[in-house]
Amino acid sequence: MITLEGMRKAYGTRIVLDGVSLSLEPGRISALVGPNGSGKTTLIKCVLGLARADAGRLLLDGHPADDAGQYRARIGYAPQAPHFPANLAVGEVFAMLKALRPSAEIDESLLDAFGLRAEWETPVGTLSGGWRQKVSLAAAWLFKPDVYILDEPTAGLDPVAAGLLKHALRSARTAGRTVLITSHILSELEELADDVAFLTDGHLRFAGPVSALLAETGTRRLEPAIAALLRGLRVEAGGRK
Amino acid sequence: MTPLSLVLRAGIRDLTRNRWLIAYGLALACIAELLFVFGGAGQQVVLSLLNATLLLVPLVALVFGTMHVYASREFIELLLTQPLPRVAVFSGLYLGLTLPLVAAFLLGVGVPLLLHGTASQAPVAALLALALSGAFLTATFAALAMTIALGTDDRLKGMAIALGAWFLLTIGYDGGVLAVVSLFGDWPLERPLLALMLGNPVDLARVLVLTGLDSAALLGYTGALFRRLFDGALGPAIAIAGLACWTAFPVVLARRRFLRRDF
Repeated sequence: MITLEGMRKAYGTRIVLDGVSLSLEPGRISALVGPNGSGKTTLIKCVLGLARADAGRLLLDGHPADDAGQYRARIGYAPQAPHFPANLAVGEVFAMLKALRPSAEIDESLLDAFGLRAEWETPVGTLSGGWRQKVSLAAAWLFKPDVYILDEPTAGLDPVAAGLLKHALRSARTAGRTVLITSHILSELEELADDVAFLTDGHLRFAGPVSALLAETGTRRLEPAIAALLRGLRVEAGGRK
Repeated sequence: MTPLSLVLRAGIRDLTRNRWLIAYGLALACIAELLFVFGGAGQQVVLSLLNATLLLVPLVALVFGTMHVYASREFIELLLTQPLPRVAVFSGLYLGLTLPLVAAFLLGVGVPLLLHGTASQAPVAALLALALSGAFLTATFAALAMTIALGTDDRLKGMAIALGAWFLLTIGYDGGVLAVVSLFGDWPLERPLLALMLGNPVDLARVLVLTGLDSAALLGYTGALFRRLFDGALGPAIAIAGLACWTAFPVVLARRRFLRRDF
């Protein structure tokens, strides 16, 4: 389980995360949603250690994450816009990643499902955005992580590959892994997510099961539910003025 | 293999197949070959190669290095999400950028020299000093490129700073020194000028090569002074030490930025 306690991050005077506390449960898929610039990517980067939080704590199974970053061995991450050294072949990228963690257990199920071996000798720089996304997702799956963090994972994927990814996500959930996904395609999240965390202006406005959000907003779908939350916030902000 | 050597190996594999780097090596080889064929013999060739090196090497290391760091941003993020020490990632990236650039320089200048062999009549000491200068300048300006690219996310601004740094250190600095000499010509300027020379890696590289040649006239005011004050092996040793400091300084700066910055 991943727990964030009072996570705060500012870039200069701009506060991007303001005391965010959130728990991501194992065996569940959590969706992180919010408008552009709401702090989703920064929150993910703070969890991964790519950005340093100004305040707050990150706990894994109740234990504080180590400063040396060894906890990252338990996380598989696929960024929003993956890029690899352009002149390395796909096979060389995976060989390098495997060599970085020689003792880790390897899971090449997604790599095989995506048919990446057919592109083994192809330089990554010549791949399309969709194929680069496949390489990135297969890399996130490579070390059988306890936690998957996927930033817009279906962006650029064809429907077949997106289906394969959804299947892999459901398998991860069944295996008791923790999954955090961000996406702007709410219908997709609705299909996959058990929990939802809604972030705006660096504040966590809602965190809980999707069913609870639907009940709270009196809607049947995630999209109108998020819209209702946003409307509520605007009304609240208008009232304060 | 250590994380550093794995990152380094990936960087070297990537860049040795980079068409711009190959073009750089070939351009240097063409320049050297043309100089050997048409540029006279011995010292003249070394001097012409020196001038090309002092202008081209910093420019390529800065522009190519800055672009490379920006293009590698997402790959750096991927590496940093692995359980690796940041310092190992930085060292691998820096050496993975610098070593292929140094290799392209040495091959570009070295292959024509080997082809012409003793017929080139170029002094060996000066050629070795040229190779060393080119390697040091590459290492220095590649580190400066990393410092610049890690300091700003705006690629256009980063490139403008890189070009500004190149202009300042290769052309502007000498202009400034000349202005000082003409303005304060009546003052005893020997030691201040010597200090000014140590403050620019391009000047140090120039002096290191020229001390291996007999062309005292080409050493210029500060170079001649340098040779007079640091006779024998002391001059080249001080120039090499200065270049080493000039390499270490931006490396430390880039490392510090890399370890502290948010990606």
